[in-house]
Amino acid sequence: MTPANPTAMLAELTHRCPLSCPYCSNPLELIRRDAELSTEQWVEVFRQAGELGVLHVHLSGGEPASRRDLEDLTEAAAEADLYTNLITSGVGLTAKRIAELARRGLEHVQLSIQGPTKAIADEIGGYAGGYERKMQVADWIAAEGLPLTVNAVMHRRNFEKLEDTIDLAVKLGARRLEVATVQFHGWALQNQAALMPTRRQVEAAETIIDDARNRLRGALVIDYVAADYFARFPKACMGGWGSVGLVVTPSGAVMPCHAADTIPHLVFENVRDRPLSEIWEKSDAFNAYRGVDWMQEPCRSCERREIDFGGCRCQAMALAGDAAATDPACEKSPLNEKLQADADAFSRGGDTLVHRAKAPAS
Amino acid sequence: MADLNDASVPKLPRGVKLREDAERGWLLLAPERVLTLDAIAIAVLGEVDGVRSFGEIVDRLAERYAAPRDQIAGDVKTFLTDLIEKRMMDVSP
Ligand code: SF4
Ligand code: SF4
Repeated sequence: MTPANPTAMLAELTHRCPLSCPYCSNPLELIRRDAELSTEQWVEVFRQAGELGVLHVHLSGGEPASRRDLEDLTEAAAEADLYTNLITSGVGLTAKRIAELARRGLEHVQLSIQGPTKAIADEIGGYAGGYERKMQVADWIAAEGLPLTVNAVMHRRNFEKLEDTIDLAVKLGARRLEVATVQFHGWALQNQAALMPTRRQVEAAETIIDDARNRLRGALVIDYVAADYFARFPKACMGGWGSVGLVVTPSGAVMPCHAADTIPHLVFENVRDRPLSEIWEKSDAFNAYRGVDWMQEPCRSCERREIDFGGCRCQAMALAGDAAATDPACEKSPLNEKLQADADAFSRGGDTLVHRAKAPAS
Repeated sequence: MADLNDASVPKLPRGVKLREDAERGWLLLAPERVLTLDAIAIAVLGEVDGVRSFGEIVDRLAERYAAPRDQIAGDVKTFLTDLIEKRMMDVSP
């Protein structure tokens, strides 16, 4: 059966980034600058994505502004009829570049903030002056009239500042705020003890988010990604494997989710070798966990199997040692008790932050 | 949040795009959102041009579909209010 066309593509233009967030989901082994796709290769990827029916393209990284050809890439994506969203830390953008990006067809900017104060933001981002730059960038975006989403990753060190984070998003003129509780993939795994929120913080967040949604209805849309480690059921990762989205890495590998390379037996085909549509339809990596046939018990006979698709494959790999296992974040997983106990233990300890390394030039 | 009355003028904000897709029909795109539009939604959005007021839009649709104005007004209001709450529609004043 041919799968339905994807609607969203995450284009990881580069792994280079001036920041070094300890929860960065980029892989431990970062792709070198000289292994990145060229401008022409990305232009071709966008063209093929448009033909394949992709609607949204998220220009991401690393820090996409680290690519000097970001303006050309944005224009190519817009020409391919893709809705272009820039996911940025803001560092590397100038008023001039933002104006130029808007002129070339950029539709929307998603700006990350590591915290609502200079002290916390710069500590987490590992970049002095980052916070002030972000505030400037938000002004430039507003001056250009570009719609803005603020993205905030929340963890034990900044959860107490959730209300301030919401206020800041309003102040910056955001239309939308994305609050994502930290996920532990890539670099983040080393920082579980330093970042794991407490149960009390997660519970308090629910109320704060509900109140803010009511208070700000029609002014700010809040999308909240709750912590799955303290929930009953896992998240529907990627809306189902190979179902709605795909990820292209800086060197052109095509993956069903941005952490899929943590599943060692999967082989990802490359846009340099095969058309995107064939990779989407036929590659083993996409078909491995598509639909529900690959499932084991308890997922196989569960009434939620088409709601959450058994959760996150990468989390199953990391915690159960089997990517086809039930996500341990599910209460029906035999490993759930251990996951919850570990999360509680992590939430009590450890102050040492391990910042992300820099992507090597060659 | 602004309340819709006959004089309010709805307008698609920047970053919210109406487009036709070969397989999926007419869609309204916003950041991280894709709304599939049915015939009624397409008709309403076809009248939203940033100039016509809510009252005028309702008049035109009531005439086009030869339907009672009150009923059309209710449907259009529900649809637009939902978009306004999603920040996918601006309204002035
Ligand atoms: S999470 Fe932080 S370090 Fe990683 S790419 Fe984003 S801004 Fe850079
Ligand atoms: S058993 Fe599997 S399908 Fe059922 S809720 Fe848990 S993860 Fe989802």
